[in-house]
Amino acid sequence: MASQAKTKAGKAAKAAKKSASSSANGASGATGYSEEQLLEMFRQMYLIRQFEVACGENYAKGNIRGFLHLYIGQEATGVGALSPLKEQDYIVTHYRDHGHALARGLDVNRSMAELFGRKTGLSKGKGGSMHLFDAAKRFMGGHAIVGGQFPLALGLAFSQKYQKTDGVTVCFFGDGSTNQGLYHETLNLAAVWNVPMLFVLENNGYGMGSAVERVRAGSPDFYTDVDKYGIDAVAVDGMDVLAVREAAEAAVARLRAGDGPLFIEAKTFRYVGHSYADGQKYRGQEEVEEWRRKDPVESFPKMLIDHKLATKKQIDALKADVDAEVAEAVKFAEESPHPDPEELFDDILA
Amino acid sequence: MAEILFREAIKRGLAEALDSNPNVFIMGEDIGEYGGAYAVTDGFLKKYGEDRIIDTPISEAAFVGAGIGAAAGGLRPVVELMSISFSLVAFDQIVNMSANLRYMSGGQIEVPLVLRAPTGAGVQLGATHSQSFETWLAEVPGMLCVCPSTPYDALGLIRTAMKTKNPVMFAEPALLYGMRGEVPDEHYEIPFGSANVQREGDDVTLISYGAGMRVVNSAADELEGKGVNAEVIDLRSLSPVDYDTLLTSVEKTNRVLALDTARRKGGVMAEIVADLQEQASEWLDGPIARVGAEDVPWPYSRELEQESYPQTADVLASLEKHFGI
Repeated sequence: MASQAKTKAGKAAKAAKKSASSSANGASGATGYSEEQLLEMFRQMYLIRQFEVACGENYAKGNIRGFLHLYIGQEATGVGALSPLKEQDYIVTHYRDHGHALARGLDVNRSMAELFGRKTGLSKGKGGSMHLFDAAKRFMGGHAIVGGQFPLALGLAFSQKYQKTDGVTVCFFGDGSTNQGLYHETLNLAAVWNVPMLFVLENNGYGMGSAVERVRAGSPDFYTDVDKYGIDAVAVDGMDVLAVREAAEAAVARLRAGDGPLFIEAKTFRYVGHSYADGQKYRGQEEVEEWRRKDPVESFPKMLIDHKLATKKQIDALKADVDAEVAEAVKFAEESPHPDPEELFDDILA
Repeated sequence: MAEILFREAIKRGLAEALDSNPNVFIMGEDIGEYGGAYAVTDGFLKKYGEDRIIDTPISEAAFVGAGIGAAAGGLRPVVELMSISFSLVAFDQIVNMSANLRYMSGGQIEVPLVLRAPTGAGVQLGATHSQSFETWLAEVPGMLCVCPSTPYDALGLIRTAMKTKNPVMFAEPALLYGMRGEVPDEHYEIPFGSANVQREGDDVTLISYGAGMRVVNSAADELEGKGVNAEVIDLRSLSPVDYDTLLTSVEKTNRVLALDTARRKGGVMAEIVADLQEQASEWLDGPIARVGAEDVPWPYSRELEQESYPQTADVLASLEKHFGI
């Protein structure tokens, strides 16, 4: 086992170097993808951004209640990581889940209707923003107890191995969840069981209002610790959709071949507060502005146009379609009926 | 009809499930090589192999959660906790995940998970190993909770547990693993939500479950000597509760005593008694009597533990005080 861990650690170092040498939103990594794939990545990121903006507006209007955690700034991570997945793969995520849901192709209308608490929502209005589900698309939830989603993903990956499928399970989590015991317990068990689980750490630097360095001993990097479990890990620029996708493709291919679990740390940032109610007293706007300069929703289409991988006309047309789609989703949600009182008692037991 | 041990009854039910469904697997601490802390899974590793009989590290939250994920992924896991007191380490997974998944997904996700655990005091394990958290889990919507008191019921209930599509807390009274009882060779199952009238009588209804059945049955024996016929009811299922059987009995006897071997305060019987008070007030001749463990942590000393643990004499004293019988 020790020698295996050593080999794996060696491979991890190589993989990290490979990822570091790939483009930072540059065209070199983009040439491997078709125009259709590149435009689709942009479409998904722009859809998430516009969906989240619409959520913020409707939260202010009182149409969406409860806690609302927006994915604004992290779009490249979710889109890049989910791009290589197929139908048989599971996704488990945290409470900042709208981006992953949309990148997985969950129905935009029903997603918005869920946030509005309507009968037509993904979970018939019983889940809300933090608990989006679509079992048919193997989207196994937004989970709102920090770190609580780790073993669910572990068990799904276990079921894929047990049933001898070539499916994989992607588990998203934030830096805040790494201080929960379940993070370490799950890394250990995933490695002991050798399950096809991809850990995707969305390190946005803050667990709610607590900066990583204030609550974490040792290195600010996470991926460097993971080889202790015999799990290969790489770090990627989470603002670079192509870098994330490339790392995820390599990982998913290895997982399908039985070489798991694996770990990706995406360094990313949310421009908005932890939740809609967050006044962000814990950080300066300069930091936010600095990250905004790397905004994938701005820089990625610019790169595509600059390198003649897409035209401005194509980008503008996509934007117009997405704007209309989001407006339609809000309308759909507004016009959808509220759940009937008797539905309170449905869906508790089989 | 053969006599078997309580632990053998559970083992038989699990073996049937393993034999008939390849998606059934069992995991927990030391259930394989070691054979299980209470020997329920002894011999399974050899018979079913390490893909299906899985020794876990001491990570209750992770392996209970993994069981939930495996269930959501189409398998039928049995997860054994070495003690129901250790469920506290996994409580977030049990409550927030297993019981809530179906509801918060609007019915999309199914969790056919059987969580087994020894429960209860009486074997001098002290404060951290003697509790009865089935009483807490019985309150949680979205999961089922049962606790057998005989080998017959243990087999009938585990068979049902292995078929339900819901998460089940299957609490096994640690005091009863060595209990002997008759179990027929013919197949039978016991549906959840069905209480069992173990003994019929007209004068007073004694309600309990699990290890508490020994205490109420012993009290009923004593009462018989005094010419009092007690009706003895085993809840068997703490969630859902079979109120029909309880109400039918109360209508007949007009007197009720409810016994928990768990702490009386906040126990399952607190809820049941409140419901009976509301639903059966017209039939009740007096207050509903309650007996349960004292409002203290479980002590190690035999003398102190038995001081807290409800005894036959406590039942008799309560009946005399409240009903003059």
